[in-house]
Amino acid sequence: MSVVNYARTLQKVILNIGPRCYHRWVTTASVALRIRDSKQNFRCRLWCGLLTPVHYQYSTEGNTSKAKQVPADLVDKLERLALVDFPNQEGLVCLKKAIRFADQLHVVDTEGVDPMDSVLENRALYLREDVVAEGDCADRLLQLSKDTVEEYFVAPPGNIPLPGREEC
Amino acid sequence: MAASSAGIGTLLCKNINKQIEIFYPTNRRYTWCVIRRICTSISRFRCQGQIKRKSAPKELVGVVGLEVHAQIQSITKLFSGSQVRFQAPPNSLVSFFDASLPGTLPVLNRRCVEAAVMTGLALDCVINRKSLFDRKHYFYADLPAGYQITQQRRPIAVDGTLTYSHLGGTRRNTLITKSVRIKQIQLEQDSGKSLHDDRRGQTLIDLNRAGVGLMELVMEPDMSCGEEAAAAVRELQLILQALGTCQGHMDEGQLRVDANVSVHRPGDPWGVRTEVKNINSGRNLARAIDYEIQRQVGVLKNGGTVQNETRSFDRKSGHTLPMRDKEGLQDYRFMPEPNLPPLIVYDRPSTAPPCVHPSQVVVLEEVRAGLPELPRARRTRLVESYDILPEHSFTLVNEDGLTDYFEAVVKETKAGPRKVIGWVNQVLLGLLHHHSLSVSQSPVTPQMLAQLLNLQENGQISSSVAKQVFQELWRAPGKTAQQIIQEQDLGIVSNTTEIHRICQKVVDSHPDQVQAIRGGNKKVLNKLMGLVQKETKGRADPVLVRSILEEKTS
Repeated sequence: MSVVNYARTLQKVILNIGPRCYHRWVTTASVALRIRDSKQNFRCRLWCGLLTPVHYQYSTEGNTSKAKQVPADLVDKLERLALVDFPNQEGLVCLKKAIRFADQLHVVDTEGVDPMDSVLENRALYLREDVVAEGDCADRLLQLSKDTVEEYFVAPPGNIPLPGREEC
Repeated sequence: MAASSAGIGTLLCKNINKQIEIFYPTNRRYTWCVIRRICTSISRFRCQGQIKRKSAPKELVGVVGLEVHAQIQSITKLFSGSQVRFQAPPNSLVSFFDASLPGTLPVLNRRCVEAAVMTGLALDCVINRKSLFDRKHYFYADLPAGYQITQQRRPIAVDGTLTYSHLGGTRRNTLITKSVRIKQIQLEQDSGKSLHDDRRGQTLIDLNRAGVGLMELVMEPDMSCGEEAAAAVRELQLILQALGTCQGHMDEGQLRVDANVSVHRPGDPWGVRTEVKNINSGRNLARAIDYEIQRQVGVLKNGGTVQNETRSFDRKSGHTLPMRDKEGLQDYRFMPEPNLPPLIVYDRPSTAPPCVHPSQVVVLEEVRAGLPELPRARRTRLVESYDILPEHSFTLVNEDGLTDYFEAVVKETKAGPRKVIGWVNQVLLGLLHHHSLSVSQSPVTPQMLAQLLNLQENGQISSSVAKQVFQELWRAPGKTAQQIIQEQDLGIVSNTTEIHRICQKVVDSHPDQVQAIRGGNKKVLNKLMGLVQKETKGRADPVLVRSILEEKTS
């Protein structure tokens, strides 16, 4: 049911974007038509569309300037924080596309709407009693590690700094 | 003004340098140094002259804010069912969730929620009925998941006050009460422990501590020196120990304090702050903060700027040293924890949803009713029931076990509480501190002290003898006070003829003093009294001696 709600919200998003949105395969008019035709099909296609953002070239006027420039030190910082590697131009292009896709969120008017953290947020949080039920499996855990010294896990000292841009 | 004159000075230097080069193509650096020295000394002279014309600059004062991590005293960890114990074989108290194996999920411990709510209520905080969990991402070997589950957006308690006191004033016997605002209290996970083996270039990780529940208390920077910070932490320790939510032993790592220190002139915006870590006792906290304030004042007076960095306290030298591993400001990429719904706390049992089991709800009213006697209330109770000064009750509550000792003595002795307080706070405590013992290790039990005081009340011994007997009891606790008095014949001399004889002897051997007393100088009488007491080895009743001497010298 939550997928359907999500899809309905996205429908409203697309209809709101309207003439400001340029996309190759799906125009506003065809969106309207497809809603009338078969809702089931459209929802499926929309969901697939969300999963493969690279094929949909959405661009919004206000945010093009922000999305164009990804400075080198920002890329370094992202690499350090998230430990991902942007080794070449292709990686950076992928990053830019991802940023532009996420920028669509700015278009939606969320005035007076509380953000949703997760689909669980209306559930009750389970509180566990303070009774020992786990632990005492040191041998099984240590087997998972390649390097161990007398029941301790072994790690390199401190944080190894990533090589700078010049050293790559 | 100073900046502009310095600028003019350097400009002058450059021009002069160029001129000299044309005429004397000598070593550039030498001429530059010489000219620069002349110019800077000129500019400094002008600066000083200018400063003297303004009003005297305000003194730099320190601004201290504390971040306290208190380990929740619970049987199991915050999100997993593994045990919490101080010393155990490495990695033996680790569950699959603590090791961050894939597929494991957090399950919140009810006891930790109650502990956080109790602490929030004891510190007069506003408890957020709905609080949220977040993930704080950073990479370190002792954080197996790569993130820590904490509460950054909406913590469980906000806007509290911690009221603390310390003994200040010229003779350190006036109670000064201050308060510091508590910004928030949040629940978070602890990380594991890492042992650095520098010789082999590796770090050994023990995850026994990973996942243990912590309460992070963030305080506003309302304090200004190390002594205040140490007093605030001591008060917090007493409150947490009274509540039972944390044992508060800083040396065992159950209470970790990081200090944020900066300096500024009153009225100016706050200066750049540094964070001081690796503090393991209240005394070291005061030392570290005072050193850091002095260091920052020194840096600013020399014209430098304070760097925003993390420094570690070295307790042997008393200095703070920059830590290597921290690189500038970290971006923790906070994100809502998707596996935990919001934590809801209910006001009254009636407001809880009816279909939910009572073990699944935390009700504020019940927690509030279950709060024990807090240190503040204990102090007022002691002052009211025993009619002692607030300073006395402060010392009693501050020392572990001293209140019970005091109450036990008062119960068994005829002497008034004010007399007992003098004995307990000064004599007993002085000896305990001298020998670095705690109250529970005292060789003199409350019963022994009560007996001694009874003997003094009965008139069997004088007060100076009582002190001597106390010292004896301390050294040889096997004997009772009675035995010591009999063995050393310290009983009070009440034979009036004997005392008359001694007084007469003293009066006859010191005619000058007698003349002085007859002349009107009454203080010399004390000297004569001292001589009499020396003769009788302190056994004479001082009141009687004084009256006899006064009679003889009138």
